[in-house]
Amino acid sequence: MSVSQAAGSGAVALWRRRLFSTPLQSAITVLLMAFTVWALAPLVRWALVNATWVGETRSDCAPGGACWVFVKARFGQFMYGFYPPGERWRPNVLGLAALAGIAPLFFLEGQARLRLGLAALAILPPLGIWLLGGGFGLAPIETRQWGGLMLTLFIAVYAGLIAVPLGILLALGRQSRLPLIRTLCVVFIEFWRGVPIIAVIFLASLLLPLIMPANVSVDRLTRAVVGLGLVIAAYMAEAVRGGLQALPKGQAEAAAALGLGYWRMTGLIILPQALRISLPAMTNEFIALIKNTTLVLVVSILDLLGIAQSSFADPAWVGMNMEAYLFSGSIYWLICFGLSRWSRSLEAGGPKGH
Amino acid sequence: MPTLRRLLYDARIRDIFWQVTILAALIGLTVFFVRNASQNMVNAGIASGFDFLWRTSGIDVPFVLTGYQPSGNIWSLFWAGVANTLFVSLIAMALATLLGFVVGLARLSPHWLLSAVAGAYVEFVRNIPLLFFVLFWYFGVIAALPAPRDSISVFSAFFLNNRGLTVPAASDGGPFGWALAAIVLSALLHWLVARRAAARKASTGQDTPILAIGLVLLGLVPVLALVFAARATAWDIPQAGRFNLRGGFVVIPEFVALLAALVTYTAGFVAEIVRGGISAVPKGQREAASSLGLKPGQILRFVVIPQAMRVMIPPMTSQYLNVLKNSSFGAAIAYPDLVSLFMGSALNNTGQAIEIIAMTLAVYLFFGLIVSALMNWYNARIALVTR
Repeated sequence: MSVSQAAGSGAVALWRRRLFSTPLQSAITVLLMAFTVWALAPLVRWALVNATWVGETRSDCAPGGACWVFVKARFGQFMYGFYPPGERWRPNVLGLAALAGIAPLFFLEGQARLRLGLAALAILPPLGIWLLGGGFGLAPIETRQWGGLMLTLFIAVYAGLIAVPLGILLALGRQSRLPLIRTLCVVFIEFWRGVPIIAVIFLASLLLPLIMPANVSVDRLTRAVVGLGLVIAAYMAEAVRGGLQALPKGQAEAAAALGLGYWRMTGLIILPQALRISLPAMTNEFIALIKNTTLVLVVSILDLLGIAQSSFADPAWVGMNMEAYLFSGSIYWLICFGLSRWSRSLEAGGPKGH
Repeated sequence: MPTLRRLLYDARIRDIFWQVTILAALIGLTVFFVRNASQNMVNAGIASGFDFLWRTSGIDVPFVLTGYQPSGNIWSLFWAGVANTLFVSLIAMALATLLGFVVGLARLSPHWLLSAVAGAYVEFVRNIPLLFFVLFWYFGVIAALPAPRDSISVFSAFFLNNRGLTVPAASDGGPFGWALAAIVLSALLHWLVARRAAARKASTGQDTPILAIGLVLLGLVPVLALVFAARATAWDIPQAGRFNLRGGFVVIPEFVALLAALVTYTAGFVAEIVRGGISAVPKGQREAASSLGLKPGQILRFVVIPQAMRVMIPPMTSQYLNVLKNSSFGAAIAYPDLVSLFMGSALNNTGQAIEIIAMTLAVYLFFGLIVSALMNWYNARIALVTR
């Protein structure tokens, strides 16, 4: 780019410089624009211009465009699966409770934040199982009826609740000076990282009932959550290890010199700093977990993608594949993209110095 | 009791105590599980052991690369699954690397729009589940293709329809074996010549026309060999019939969908690795190389790529292993890979859950170890040598 061309000012000059500064650049620009229009125009025409937004049944939909009436009609299923409509206030209440418990964590500081975080961690998970599953005054609802986005989030959060603590323990164990513990942790981590997650979900659904006593039955959803939790724990452990290794050795030595034992040293000095460094990597693993929750489809649990897939069988709404995919895909994309942006902002912020 | 106290606080004794406790707990848990499992298996009337491998499988497999027949035993079914898994994984690795490099380099391009389009692709692909792509390609794209009699034909030899991709089949692989031998020989020759040329340059400073030699040995010879082989083979070219296609080799739609999904998805991750690797090379390296008088091509070849490779190898390894593991997503659309054939069909027929799961996982762990070992070896070879 020559100086005279770069000397222009204002938006027009800027875009001209970006797109048309040399003949080759102009050629690439024109080619790419043509390609984009060629690829996106039919999509926009189908999804927005020719689409039908209002109506009740399939016959209201105009041909040649997307039928968003379908998504509106089945919105409840996309969100809650086959959860009884009269009880759908329960997941809603849980969602609000989770929001109320977690949102203040972003604004509070220090001790208050720690206390609220621990309280939320102690109250919310059992509350969630009670609200969704029922019992103790609420009508029991079998996990077979759970589904949709609610189930996707449920699996991701509860598998995460297994994966994060277990992953931290595994990462600590991998650094342990006790050879037996170190070996066990390495074998555990490398085993779960080496096998396909789909095989793990099959494995959990086949083996868990087999290795439990004959009179104990393990719920289908529990099996999938445990299986996913174990695999993601191995990946989490590697994310945490990065943070542990990035910590200067002097931190542990100083703590030991102050007379702290292993657990107090780890809990008060090492982990608070290491986890702050590993948080972006752990968020990325959590994104991978959300994407992998879709695999419960192979053991016939209907999460958001499963509900989209099962809607193809509805005789009242034949041929809505694209609408179902576009809708469910956008939800996955929004969740994962949002989280990855957050993870990137954490990375850019960097660990807070002391 | 000062002695007891001392023993209680002795770090070595504590270490041993904790390790023994954990080992005992682990053994206890294992015994508990094994006893439950054997009890449950007795209740279900399943005999453990690997005898089931020699039973007749009777499972029909729509896509076979080995000599498997439904009348064969379950052991041969296992190998048919391994072959299908490796087949789709290897092709997906190659294509994803290619597409990923193109997208990654495009993202680094100074051209604003090119870089933005590549960036949009990466952000789009990385934030959507792979299973979504697999199902989308299968139920969304391929199911929407025309029926066999209205196939999309390319050069009247390749036919794409909702039953898959029909390609010409070579009726005899012999000539291609010869062509492959010629290509390997020619590549070996090129390697030797290049080594001699480098030694000559180092000792005498004289250039060898290595570019011309390379074009002949690595470009012309393989092309000629393949052309001759293709001419020497009798081809079974698919013909458009009234309702269906006749002849040719049918690549099943499950394969096409799984491959497309694996390639488009993995390419997004490869692109990020390529971008990260190349931007990790400090700008000063390029400037220093150019001030030494190296030409742009030389800078790329001798300065940028060797250093970028060092950064890219470890994440690329895990991407390749991911492709191998992710090929099992084919189970969701019944592509007959190892998981779907062995952990699905064979397990349903025989009920030998523990043996079959162990064998399946062992295959993935085995390939994982091999690839890691190879990559470690390569990584050690190109690692930075510091004095």
